[in-house]
Amino acid sequence: MANAETDSSVYYVPHNGWYPVVLAAGVMLMLTGFASWLNATSNGEPGSWTQTVIGFGITAVVLYFWFAKVIAENQQGLANEQLKKSYVWGIGWFIFSEVMFFAAFFGALFYARVIAVSWLGGEGAKGLTGEYLWPEFEAVWPVMSNPNNALFPPPEQSMAAPALTGWLGYLPFYNTVILLTSSWTVHVAHSAIKEGNRKKLNTWLGLTVLLGIIFLILQAEEYIVAYNDMGLTLGSGIYGSTFFILTGFHGFHVTLGTVMLLVMWLRGLKGHFTANDCFGFEAASWYWHFVDVVWVGLFIFVYVL
Amino acid sequence: MSEVIHADHHDDADHHGSGDHGPEKGLARWLFTTNHKDIGTLYLWFSFLMLLIGGVMALIVRTELFQPGLQFVNPEFFNQMTTNHGLIMVFGAIMPAFVGLANWLVPMQVGAPDMALPRMNNLSFWILPFAFGIMISTLFMEGGGPNFGWTFYAPLSTTYAPDSVTFFIFAVHMMGASSIMGSINIIATILNMRAPGMTLMKMPMFVWTWLITAYLLLAVMPVLAGVVTMMLFDIHFNTSFFDAAGGGDPVMFQHIFWFFGHPEVYIMILPAFGVVSHILPAFSRKPLFGYDSMVYAVASIAFLSFIVWAHHMFTVGMPLAGQLFFMYATMLIAIPTGVKVFNWTATMWKGSMTFETPMLFAIAFVVLFTIGGFSGLMLAIAPVDYQYHDTYFVVAHFHYVLVPGALFSIIAAVYFWFPKWTGKMYNETMGKLHFWLSFIGVNITFFPQHFSGLAGMPRRIPDYALQFADFNMLSSVGAFIFGFSQLVFLYVIIHGIRNGKPAEGRSWEGARGLEWTLPSPAPYHSFTKPPQVRDEEVHG
Ligand code: HEM
Ligand SMILES: [Cu+2]
Repeated sequence: MANAETDSSVYYVPHNGWYPVVLAAGVMLMLTGFASWLNATSNGEPGSWTQTVIGFGITAVVLYFWFAKVIAENQQGLANEQLKKSYVWGIGWFIFSEVMFFAAFFGALFYARVIAVSWLGGEGAKGLTGEYLWPEFEAVWPVMSNPNNALFPPPEQSMAAPALTGWLGYLPFYNTVILLTSSWTVHVAHSAIKEGNRKKLNTWLGLTVLLGIIFLILQAEEYIVAYNDMGLTLGSGIYGSTFFILTGFHGFHVTLGTVMLLVMWLRGLKGHFTANDCFGFEAASWYWHFVDVVWVGLFIFVYVL
Repeated sequence: MSEVIHADHHDDADHHGSGDHGPEKGLARWLFTTNHKDIGTLYLWFSFLMLLIGGVMALIVRTELFQPGLQFVNPEFFNQMTTNHGLIMVFGAIMPAFVGLANWLVPMQVGAPDMALPRMNNLSFWILPFAFGIMISTLFMEGGGPNFGWTFYAPLSTTYAPDSVTFFIFAVHMMGASSIMGSINIIATILNMRAPGMTLMKMPMFVWTWLITAYLLLAVMPVLAGVVTMMLFDIHFNTSFFDAAGGGDPVMFQHIFWFFGHPEVYIMILPAFGVVSHILPAFSRKPLFGYDSMVYAVASIAFLSFIVWAHHMFTVGMPLAGQLFFMYATMLIAIPTGVKVFNWTATMWKGSMTFETPMLFAIAFVVLFTIGGFSGLMLAIAPVDYQYHDTYFVVAHFHYVLVPGALFSIIAAVYFWFPKWTGKMYNETMGKLHFWLSFIGVNITFFPQHFSGLAGMPRRIPDYALQFADFNMLSSVGAFIFGFSQLVFLYVIIHGIRNGKPAEGRSWEGARGLEWTLPSPAPYHSFTKPPQVRDEEVHG
């Protein structure tokens, strides 16, 4: 039997398995269940979560087994250098695709701010339509009065920097500090692995997870205030739409990143990761840095400018 | 359950690094496989099935358009047929077929045993049947399936959409996930698993075109996911991205969609360029002319494809500067495209050519794709696009690049590599029959559409003015010829697999490349040890 790790002239091909096809089925159940629920509630009927939850359960369980198996194979020395390089390419380009996903929403923000709202306000050759349909509409950002305020009740207040005072006004700033700090703490955790210092790893990685959770709590608080006190909702026109889709999907990615780091923390407690074999940790940390960079973009373009 | 246990048991039973085990038995082989050839086969058969389903939808459309007036289907159903035809052909037939070809060919052509991430490879495939199951089931839902055209412009796809649009959105998400994982796999395989000595500029053209296509997919599939997500929010969560009443803009939908959509059309043609760049040299018995310039041309086309999207929107409303920019940028694409057509022609020049079925399809590709390129250039001229836009001229344009373009190249590839895949030769006479029927059918179908389009016949309408009757009747006849000739294809393949004569390792005299150094059929794991890349096998 050839040893895949030491003999680089031999390839390692993993064996057949039921995970992928069951995962695909689970995802299908989850999404169609969710779609049915959405349609039911949008039509004012009671929807059911059962199918979505079952689908999610299947997805989660399969992912657990799948990752567990990959980790186990690696520990048996089956994963050679080449496969590890493939993993690096894989996560790298996956993150690139995530960047493009956010690019779509940033693109929507810029288009709406710079082009759509100006046209609605009467600017340029296309502005005439706006003038005829909604003569009172004024092109300002954040849009505090929509073309049709009956359909889309505008927010009373926006999240843009000058509009807010008090601790809430600084919340995005705190969150920036928190995330940037967490990027640093996860980096320290990485060097801890390289030094072989397990206690340091557990501490700093745990700290990173904690910071992620604090970020999420603060963001939840921000959303609650937005909905309850500021009248800023998904339905308050283009400002609310872009605000929530950008911060919301970012928050969703922070959640994913936190879960990943949490798993890595648990793995660290179990004694996984060595100085030259810690791909899982590194992947999660790269993902975390990506989530961070997106936040900086959000902070600048959604809150400050 | 027993199969599952069996699979796991099997796992523990042999832990060879090289995995020299053969395929599993029965259904389990296909459901659980991590083998690039099995997965390639799955992709190809799936895509063929989609081709037939999408084809039936097209024939329903052509039946209705055989004569002016409404006779066979009602307009609502007509709209669902055009929409689903487009979606199924683009996402279900053409794209998966190319991924199937990549699965079969890339590992063999770069000298690898398999794809870089074999389990994820299985997942990429198995998502698709579920996604298209959802898509097709929408047709049977209350309110009918998607009816807003394959471009699903808001607000047709939001405010005025049937309920089933929610399912459509999630189906698109699943297809996107499949494409992204597929691309990551292809990139990792190409960048990481090449045999020693195969430098980037020695890679076969098909590998090059797929590498670049994979980057296009990674860049734009997430944008598609983003735009359908915004639709979902507009529909169910009261946002106003595409609703001017809330400060949004339906035109914004089109910008984001076409930022995905134009690169998407190149996703469907770049691998075709690769295929043709293998077949023409093989049957001209000459190396590919201008290999380096072919690589640079593909790269520049890919780059340009990101900055031309608004040529789909000239009539929608855009400042003059925008119109000019997108017009000139679009025309620029004709330059690298011209380089490719020139190189293909030069490859055949003074070659000792023979005209087996794959070659016939490849030559037809060059000629007919170029016609599509020319009509594209006409459409790129902003002032005249005001007349052509949303007419049958556009339909003729994109069908010329997609049917005798992308689809012919896929068919050519299947004939060309068939002996390598199956170890058998197909029946040449039947293959040629398939070619001539397809060639004639495709031209009868789509050539007249140039004329009806120029004369002003709008697309996506179930009825039309009397003066277009003759051209439409011709189109419909051609469509039936083309459609039914694909059954000949099916026959040739099945007959070849079952009764074909055994094929040699190098099944075609002029074929070059690592895959031809393997026996036919190729072993289950292509190269268990990295092969030597010899110069005479370079540049197929
Ligand atoms: C020289 C190259 C090309 C040029 C200059 C070009 C230009 C154009 C233009 C300007 C349009 C918009 C027409 C309109 O809606 O008024 C168009 C439509 C289209 N093109 Fe091309 N094109 C080229 C190549 C291709 C290729 C290679 C493909 C696909 C393989 C393709 C697929 C399409 C499709 C699908 C549409 C119609 C989309 C729709 O509205 O449904 N084109 N092309
Ligand atoms: Cu285009």
